Amino acid sequence: MNIIEITNLHKIYNESEVNVHAVNNVSLNFKEGEFAAIVGPSGSGKSTLLNMLGGLDEPTDGKILIDNTDLSELKSSDLIQFRMQNIGFVFQSYNLIPVLTAKENVEFIMHLQNRPKKECEKRTMELLDAVGLKGRENSRPSKLSGGQQQRVAVARALASKPKFVLADEPTANLDSKSTENLLEIMEDLNKKENITFIFSTHDQRVVNKAHRVITLEDGKIISDERKKGTGSDS
Amino acid sequence: MIRSVAWRNIWRSPLRSGIIIAAISVGMSAGVFTTTFTKGWMNQRLEAGVETEASHIRIQQPKFGENYDLKESIPNSESLVNEISKLDHINGISPRIVIQSMLASAETGTGVKIIGINPEKEKTVTNLHSKLSEGKYFEGVKRNPILIGAKLAKKLKVKMRSKVVITVQDASGNITGGAFRVCGIFDITSGMFEETNVFVRKTDLARLLDLESSVSHEILVHLDDTELIDQQSLLLKNKHKNLLVQTWKESMPELGYINEIGNLYTYIFVIIILLALGFGIVNTMLMVILERIKELGMLMAIGMSKARIFGMLMLETVLLTFTGGFTGILLGLGATYATMEKGIDLSDYAAGLEDMGYSSHIYPVVELETLVTIAILVLITGIAASVYPARKALKYNPAEAIRTE
Ligand SMILES: Nc1ncnc2c1ncn2[C@@H]1O[C@H](COP(=O)(O)OP(=O)(O)OP(=O)(O)O)[C@@H](O)[C@H]1O
Ligand SMILES: [Mg+2]
Repeated sequence: MNIIEITNLHKIYNESEVNVHAVNNVSLNFKEGEFAAIVGPSGSGKSTLLNMLGGLDEPTDGKILIDNTDLSELKSSDLIQFRMQNIGFVFQSYNLIPVLTAKENVEFIMHLQNRPKKECEKRTMELLDAVGLKGRENSRPSKLSGGQQQRVAVARALASKPKFVLADEPTANLDSKSTENLLEIMEDLNKKENITFIFSTHDQRVVNKAHRVITLEDGKIISDERKKGTGSDS
Repeated sequence: MIRSVAWRNIWRSPLRSGIIIAAISVGMSAGVFTTTFTKGWMNQRLEAGVETEASHIRIQQPKFGENYDLKESIPNSESLVNEISKLDHINGISPRIVIQSMLASAETGTGVKIIGINPEKEKTVTNLHSKLSEGKYFEGVKRNPILIGAKLAKKLKVKMRSKVVITVQDASGNITGGAFRVCGIFDITSGMFEETNVFVRKTDLARLLDLESSVSHEILVHLDDTELIDQQSLLLKNKHKNLLVQTWKESMPELGYINEIGNLYTYIFVIIILLALGFGIVNTMLMVILERIKELGMLMAIGMSKARIFGMLMLETVLLTFTGGFTGILLGLGATYATMEKGIDLSDYAAGLEDMGYSSHIYPVVELETLVTIAILVLITGIAASVYPARKALKYNPAEAIRTE
């Protein structure tokens, strides 16, 4: 079953009398457990597509169904709630809360979900362990490297038990070693826990790891390839 | 957790937060000190007014106050005094003869209120006996002793043992006069009272006026508990409907309002300070939010509701304001306690104050109620100052906010 169904999606920005068709008639489906990359040159609409998919921005036209919920039908307060329960986010520039430690950053979202404290702590430690940050849980973001911060961000994205994780250029600010490390962790989580990742990237090494590669150009999909042996096709 | 985030956020920019906290604490310490200072000042005026001039309850004929008519005396005043003295909580009771008349010295004369008292009974209702700067309380002069105020003595150019003449119209309408000799000079905070009131023995005045010595125009009552004044006065009012029974607040209305006016002034002062500080706080929070748009966008993205973000920013503003406010209140209290013992002497700058009955040496007084009110005002300022910046923060859409650098 598809967890995401996108049909005829458009996004048009009105910039000083010039209309920018940032996403042009995109239709796409994602299934649970996918590990998909969205690639394309700068300005091709990757971020715009991911933002709409994450309910952070409104489409000009078209429809996004997540688990059969039409995002456009949600009130703005319900949409926030929906994001909290269903979607994990990883941002290019980490965007952790600087005054909180790694552990607290991960716990924060569970706190927003009003989960019991014990559960929060247990899950946080498991997640920080999974992203290889055991022992650094009490460090604030400023004391962590970019790679480490991004791994905290991945742990945070998973803390809310989302249906899928959206990551807009998660490795753009990382060196090659950290990039490789982060990708390994994400792949591992995908394999072992069947977590769906959809990420955009410029980096060929990241593209190579993806099980499915969607290429955008001028807001349109020009190719959508699945690699063999990844099992996410039907 | 949101509480802890809000608190830690304040200290992200210690200099900026420090400056606004310092501004708030300076403003609030000034506010608190002004309040305790004014309170002390007003209390001193109140005490002087009540304990020296008005006592607690005054009883007269309803019409007596209109033109101090000799004939408007209290009927059966002796039995009334007896009756009242049997009530509970009565500390003292003093019947008086009161007339308006001319008082003349060898040099000059002036109109005054002449109060005939029983010296011993008067001691139980006012503290006049303890306010003498010269002479003794009805001692040292055998015939017709008189107590006059320091200001009046100066005006009439009289000294101790000087002779003064009281000219009156007696009960049968004849103009008559009596010579009195100054046995003491009282010096109190209220220059006005000093200048317009003199005290003689009730028996001497009755003789001069050709009245029975049992006649009284007013009865002053002093209670052992100031909290009971209203209650006891109501009791007397209901019992003696034909008489005018007044608490000090009613007999000296300008004293009655003094507390309210003092409080009003200080609250207005504090509110003005807080208003000015409020703009500073709004400005600080706008800067904070501008700097943190990206982070706020992220919080919205991951699912923090607008209400919660609003609450967090409001909490942050309130904590910031309260930190400053609390420090300021402590500083203001510190200044108060530092000056409480010795008081503050303003006599060099404010000589005119005494004419109006205000002391020029002020002892600040701390009152819990006003401190609580100030704390609440600080809290309200914090909440009010947070609304505009917090609303502004919520205007961004998350995608936009995250893209900002
Ligand atoms: N808020 C906006 N207002 C106006 N135009 C926008 C806005 N956001 C994006 N665009 C335009 O839409 C197009 C797609 O932008 P988008 O950011 O989605 O591209 P991208 O593929 O993510 O690029 P990059 O690889 O550089 O991140 C670009 O032409 C961009 O200028
Ligand atoms: Mg982009």
